[in-house]
Amino acid sequence: MRKLIVSPSPHIHSKDSTRSLMADVLIALSPAMLVSVFFYGLQAIQMVLVGAVTCVAVEWLIQKYLQKVKPTINDLSAAVTGVLLALNLPPNSPWWLTIVGSIVAIGVAKLTFGGLGHNIFNPALVGRVFLLISFPVLMTDWSIPASWFINSTDAVTGATPLAAINEGLASGLSVKDILAQNPGLSYSNILFARAGGSVGEISGLALMLGFIYLLVRRVIRPHITISIWLTIAVVTGIFWLINPDVYTGPVFNLLTGGVLLGSIFMATDYVTSPMAAKGQIIYGIGIGLITVMIRYWGSYPEGVSFAILIMNAFTPLINKYIHPTRFGKEVRNG
Amino acid sequence: MRTFKIGGVHPHDKKIASDCPIEQFPIQSKAYLPLSQHIGAPAQAVVAVGDKVLVGQLIAQAGGFVSSPIHSSVSGTVSAIGPVKDFTGRAIPTITIDVEGDEWDPSIDRSPDIVRECALEPKEIIAKISAMGVVGLGGASFPTHVKLSPPPGKKAECLIINGAECEPYLTSDYRLLIEHPEEIVIGATIMMKALGVKRGYIAIEENKPEAIALLTKTAASYEGVEVVKLRKKYPQGGEKQLIDAVTGRRVPSMGLPIDAGAVVQNVGTSFAVYEAVQKNKPLFEGVVTVTGDCVKNRGNWLLRAGTPYQALLDSAGELPVGALKLISGGPMMGRTIVNPEGPTVKSTSALLVLTAEQTSRQKETGCIRCGKCIDACPMGLEPYLLNKLARLGRYDEMEALKIADCIECGCCLYSCPAYMPLLDNIRIAKAEVIKRIRARAVQK
Repeated sequence: MRKLIVSPSPHIHSKDSTRSLMADVLIALSPAMLVSVFFYGLQAIQMVLVGAVTCVAVEWLIQKYLQKVKPTINDLSAAVTGVLLALNLPPNSPWWLTIVGSIVAIGVAKLTFGGLGHNIFNPALVGRVFLLISFPVLMTDWSIPASWFINSTDAVTGATPLAAINEGLASGLSVKDILAQNPGLSYSNILFARAGGSVGEISGLALMLGFIYLLVRRVIRPHITISIWLTIAVVTGIFWLINPDVYTGPVFNLLTGGVLLGSIFMATDYVTSPMAAKGQIIYGIGIGLITVMIRYWGSYPEGVSFAILIMNAFTPLINKYIHPTRFGKEVRNG
Repeated sequence: MRTFKIGGVHPHDKKIASDCPIEQFPIQSKAYLPLSQHIGAPAQAVVAVGDKVLVGQLIAQAGGFVSSPIHSSVSGTVSAIGPVKDFTGRAIPTITIDVEGDEWDPSIDRSPDIVRECALEPKEIIAKISAMGVVGLGGASFPTHVKLSPPPGKKAECLIINGAECEPYLTSDYRLLIEHPEEIVIGATIMMKALGVKRGYIAIEENKPEAIALLTKTAASYEGVEVVKLRKKYPQGGEKQLIDAVTGRRVPSMGLPIDAGAVVQNVGTSFAVYEAVQKNKPLFEGVVTVTGDCVKNRGNWLLRAGTPYQALLDSAGELPVGALKLISGGPMMGRTIVNPEGPTVKSTSALLVLTAEQTSRQKETGCIRCGKCIDACPMGLEPYLLNKLARLGRYDEMEALKIADCIECGCCLYSCPAYMPLLDNIRIAKAEVIKRIRARAVQK
């Protein structure tokens, strides 16, 4: 008689796997990677490769020799962490900086907590913040590397838009004056392609393409990203209307300082963000509020990384208390 | 276009058998008729070994109110009354009949004429439906007369005929809709009369445009019957989801459709009600889809209950070598066939054949907390969490998290990228939680 397969329903599967979802994230990052290679050439390729290879190698070594478990590098999550970390570093970073960040990201932030699915904080961001605190000079060196595209002699300023604003405000200028003095800070420049800032955030448009891809492929839902944007827009909009000389406006705040990269690719990390829609909105609002607070009143010019890490810490609490909308109200018991 | 609001998934609909017209399936040499082809008390045999029976003759009477009688699907001699293994491999009391010819009970109206008028009173209609052994053909086989008799204090406001057929592959409801549209509409009006409701909806998913057009035209000459076009989304045909989609009302947690003022009946049931009330024909045959990507001879068969699944499988033509999965029903909620010699019953809707490649489960890789199970769950539950608690046996917490509301649609397991056996564990834990809730209710 013929052999029959016996298992309970459902009998078919969507064929999504952890690996296919991670591969989709890499595909979504590719426009941003291509733009960075276009601008920074070999330097960008080197950073992304070093990040990805180090993360994968660290995961393999620790799982194989320290934890003595079957390595899970095939799920591509370590590669995603490596690429994201590299894209979040300044373009002039030395190769060893990427390696140190990768070791902290995978070794400390991911595997000590139990690996994929168990880490509380976003590994790439832990790596980045570790570097920011340990190597503040390197991590705020926004000078632009020489490449075939950018002649280093006319690379006027390397400062990020937010750093320029911070310095300008400190020296008593108004936001309007600062923007007038820095023609490179126009919105169209920031949106389409602007050197300065992290490797991955040259072009807002490239990041948006990735966002659309992730939504179309149903890899992520829009709740987290959109609620971050709306919160930042509304809060900065109010302050900007009150005093445009001291406070930067909503469009400027949305397009600078890693908001796009962070809100699309870092805040939406499955493991460290809430799972139900309502929880995701609360989480996004939290990130938006903390980002604005750090920018307006903190000593760091940007704030997305810290905001995401702080809200990561609240994720277990949000998951515990915020449940999805159940079907049908309760009217009776039993 | 209307649809349910929470969760759902979009598997490929694979309606590859939709062009096969309904044909009579050859009658086999033996028919096996289990005494329990419905939810509720088993029927009690009223024939003895050696008795001659006709097609449509009563062979077992209902074992209570929530029960249903069984009628013979063939003519011949009763050769055994005793345990026979069903398709799940479990031995259940069954009447076995050796087939001789095909002689019908003369009281059954076999003419093709459509009978439009129904002069019976509501109570008489329900009694007739009960006597003809009509049960729900949407999957659960709940006796239809029970659903048409709301408990005291509850009032139905509308009837919904479920033509969503949201399960991939299945096409039996679709064929019935386009081959017998008027009978289905008449069946609906009969049930509306029985319930005393003025509004009836026939809900059909958008992937069946011919059926929507045809039924809309047919229903135009019947008062109060409206065809509703629904978006293609699984599990649109789930009772609670369908009521939400059509009326916007939500059945309360642990509640019944009647709590939202609705009674839902399947397209096949509506056709069976028409035949029972207007043609005096008991429910002993129905449309069964034989399908699958690897099946050469797909078909929609008018099949007598009690036919072994093996006969359907033999009709499928040459099948690929290697292990196969045989499913009674659709790929999302259908039940796995363990014993192909087991018989079909009156509510059987399909034999689906899947290859190992299509159906094999991957090794579980660990939850990545992506939340896809939450997005997919049409009841708004948290399958990842229930799965974890189920493995730990923490039943009180699962009860608080509404595990008893799970409809076992399979959306969570279908969409899990880590291939976690979510529904497997939830199903087992749900049974235990419901047992505990019932035990508490008895204590009070």
